[in-house]
Amino acid sequence: MTTTEDARTGVADTGVASTEVAASTPMGYGSMRRKEDARFIRGQGHYLDDIVIPGMLHSAILRSPLAHARILSIDTSAAEAHPKVKAVITGETLAGLGLAWMPTLSHDVQAVLATDKVRFQGQEVAFVVAEDRYAARDALGLIEVEYEPLDPVIDAKHALDPEAPVIRDDLEGRTDNHLFDWEAGDSAATDAIFASADVVSECDMLYPRSHPAPMETCGSIASMDKVTGKLTVHTTTQAPHAHRTVYAMVAGLPEHKIQIIAPDIGGGFGNKVGIYPGYVCAVVGSIVTGKPVKWVEDRSENLMSTSFARDYHMHGEIAATKDGKLLGVRVKVLADHGAFNGTAQPSKMPAGLFHVFSGSYDMAAAHCAVTGVYTNKSPGGVAYACSFRITEAVYLIERLVDVLARDQGWDPAELRMKNLLRSEQFPYTTALGWEYDSGDYPATFQKALDIAGYDELRAEQREKRARGELMGIGISFFTEAVGAGPRKTMDILGLGMADGAELRIHPTGKAVLRLSCMTQGQGHETTFAQIVAEELGISPDDIEVVQGDTDQTPFGLGTYGSRSTPVSGAAAAMVARKVRERARIVAAAMLEVSADDLEWEKGGFHVKGDPSAARTMTEIAMAAHSDLELPDGVEGHLDATCVYNPPNLTYPCGAYICVVDVDGGTGQVKVRRFVAVDDCGVRINPMIVEGQVHGGLADGIGMALMEVMAFDPDGNHLGASFMDYLLPTSMECPSWELGETVTPSPHHPIGAKGVGESATVGSPPAVVNAVLDAIGVRHADMPLTPAHVWRAMQGRPLRTDLAIG
Amino acid sequence: MQITVTVNGIEHTRDVEPRLLLVHFLRDSLELTGTHWGCDTSNCGACVIWLDGAPAKSCTVLAVMADGRAVRTVEGLETAAGLDPIQQAFSDKHGLQCGFCTPGMMMTCRALLDENPDPSEHEIREAISGQICRCTGYENIVRSVKAAAAVESGAMQSSAAQQGVTA
Ligand code: FES
Ligand code: FES
Repeated sequence: MTTTEDARTGVADTGVASTEVAASTPMGYGSMRRKEDARFIRGQGHYLDDIVIPGMLHSAILRSPLAHARILSIDTSAAEAHPKVKAVITGETLAGLGLAWMPTLSHDVQAVLATDKVRFQGQEVAFVVAEDRYAARDALGLIEVEYEPLDPVIDAKHALDPEAPVIRDDLEGRTDNHLFDWEAGDSAATDAIFASADVVSECDMLYPRSHPAPMETCGSIASMDKVTGKLTVHTTTQAPHAHRTVYAMVAGLPEHKIQIIAPDIGGGFGNKVGIYPGYVCAVVGSIVTGKPVKWVEDRSENLMSTSFARDYHMHGEIAATKDGKLLGVRVKVLADHGAFNGTAQPSKMPAGLFHVFSGSYDMAAAHCAVTGVYTNKSPGGVAYACSFRITEAVYLIERLVDVLARDQGWDPAELRMKNLLRSEQFPYTTALGWEYDSGDYPATFQKALDIAGYDELRAEQREKRARGELMGIGISFFTEAVGAGPRKTMDILGLGMADGAELRIHPTGKAVLRLSCMTQGQGHETTFAQIVAEELGISPDDIEVVQGDTDQTPFGLGTYGSRSTPVSGAAAAMVARKVRERARIVAAAMLEVSADDLEWEKGGFHVKGDPSAARTMTEIAMAAHSDLELPDGVEGHLDATCVYNPPNLTYPCGAYICVVDVDGGTGQVKVRRFVAVDDCGVRINPMIVEGQVHGGLADGIGMALMEVMAFDPDGNHLGASFMDYLLPTSMECPSWELGETVTPSPHHPIGAKGVGESATVGSPPAVVNAVLDAIGVRHADMPLTPAHVWRAMQGRPLRTDLAIG
Repeated sequence: MQITVTVNGIEHTRDVEPRLLLVHFLRDSLELTGTHWGCDTSNCGACVIWLDGAPAKSCTVLAVMADGRAVRTVEGLETAAGLDPIQQAFSDKHGLQCGFCTPGMMMTCRALLDENPDPSEHEIREAISGQICRCTGYENIVRSVKAAAAVESGAMQSSAAQQGVTA
């Protein structure tokens, strides 16, 4: 098939905008080399652990070996006597400062260092500050902690049993492990539809606990200047401004005396949104020692204690007519939130944006009921490029559609095509109240079917089956909801989810754009310069993008949930348009005409009907700073600020098709092909968009086939290193075949939608559907490791979240 | 313990603890922070350097084991003549995003191309299979290596042609 080959070599035949870099820098959108690469390819990136501040000390955290235990005593004397140790901090030290507990982003509190009990394996117990990193680790071995082990709650399904031990006895009056009940949708209408439906399919499924595991672990360097009272924190944060506000609230420090600086970040994927105990301890360590204190976690600390993702036990039902019209979907979720409710998501939404689970289909009714519970596991839950739990929602609906198709003997592609929303239905309000902005789902899906050669694949599958070979084809069609969010409905810790931008054009026509979002590899330095370039006709090479430093950038909530382009990208376009209107006034003064008589052509203004009477942006910038007389009330210089409050989310979509071969003897899955057609509206830099999709597709392979955090009955974490928590390598990933359709967002200033998480959200069900199609099994949970596939083929699927007993 | 290690052609003599890892020696003692650290278990390859011409995971080598030997790091790829073709190709083909795995990836890929100037996609994937990238899904790393190979074979041909003219 020629399209396959073409896609692999990047030829535009499959409908992908050119991802080859242009020979010269485009004056706006288009594939261009990333500006940030100049330092990264030379090993000159500046990541957290690369930073050395004069006098800086190092630190390490002593962690609990037990999942649930009472702390009887902590003896730090031997550690304190270590010649290189500068301070040992325990929960008791922090309690004296009122810092033993800190607020989470989800209306709960979390222990900074444990005082009464430890509640998960790997929980922070003591903090050592020493002269070097090896000495700090040595000293951990000198601390004696006496524990009284308690029964742990490991299986979320038993967390609410009457005899279950109470994990959060620190909370007054708490007698069980129940965290919340939350519902969305119309329960009565949904029940009525199910009662009268011709066919109903149901399925229990687990989206297992996983971890974003960026290549760079989390860390920070806290530096308290005793004289000025200023706290500077270099830290791996995706949300510098939110961190500053939280530090002010946690530590009671005045916010104007806190500077958060995010340096280059080695991947985030949601892992670097939250505030971790190590960060707070580093601040206290700096206050206590009077020196900058660096804390960097190791890999097992990263996997055991920082934000995990998912952990949703779901029971889903789907109703349809006998000729395959989908009618409704109903779901009950048991959500394992770990020992503290530390999810990072819009605070009025305890299940995040899970309630987009009616997916890409026209459905009359839908309802979900989510129950959150505490268990003796680490806190977190919203991370790993999940778009606030849309990953779980897409998995649920795309698995249910396949289960229904199997139960009824329908083709899963036909069933989807019959029910996808059609372009004339947009804007479309779902049964759960979301207003999808735009899309042409059948066209997107058809493109994927064409690239994959769906009919030929089915024919090949029939031939292979006849020979006893196991080949599977899996489909997923997803709708994402990204760009949180409208202030009236979405906030984090009471902070509305708007983002700021500031643009200044220097006298010589070069520019600096300051943003509240923070790249972790997405290429903001390039794409945001391109947005301004497109609006003003200044080369992206001449626009410096500043981000990450709260003293240098406007307020805003940062980069996660694929929100940078939908929110900060819109802010960048709007601020550039404001500058353009200022430039119009200056140009009018220069040309001595009325501003209304001017026409904009990328790069400058000219008098309507007289292109020779023109001024370029460079000329205008100089004039704006000169002695040119400007109309009354018009300030000089050329700059603007803006805050963008998104009117709605943006709704990208995509159609994914995965082809696998399964070895029936070993259960080994080989992903042979993966076709991904994404529609994220207007693409600013197609090369970068494609790269974002590639990364997310690899995540899908990882989650579907390899990654899981299981626990044994004692609460031991069975995925606490890269030997146990398996990430996809180059060998598990096929050569991705991409395509695109473009339906601009009607409410976004440049028609763009977020794309950073689309592939992570959309790909796992395609892989799972393919494997189950190959082995002819109705359902088995992720990850479909060889052992699990083999067991599933024998009708004995595993509980993947528990130790194999 | 006193050790002398030649890094990117420059000799460094330092007193180190016998347990010091080479990755920490490079990063903390020599301030060559282009080599990264990403795991505790020799699984990720963020730390790959060359030891006497062969790629090695510097988190799995003690600094004292490098005594008297030659190390090449990412900082040693660029020469007075400019970027190494593998560096240029990673930028041209978007072979990196966050850049954290990139130095290790480039060191492995440079070694691959020195040994095998025209590797197949499978050979490239196998060469980097002991390293993890969380951002790129590997596709553009493969494309980068192919692009560097193409540039180098073109350069070789043209220099051979030039030699033919002068001979
Ligand atoms: S740091 Fe992970 S392999 Fe060396
Ligand atoms: S570019 Fe981020 S880990 Fe490879």
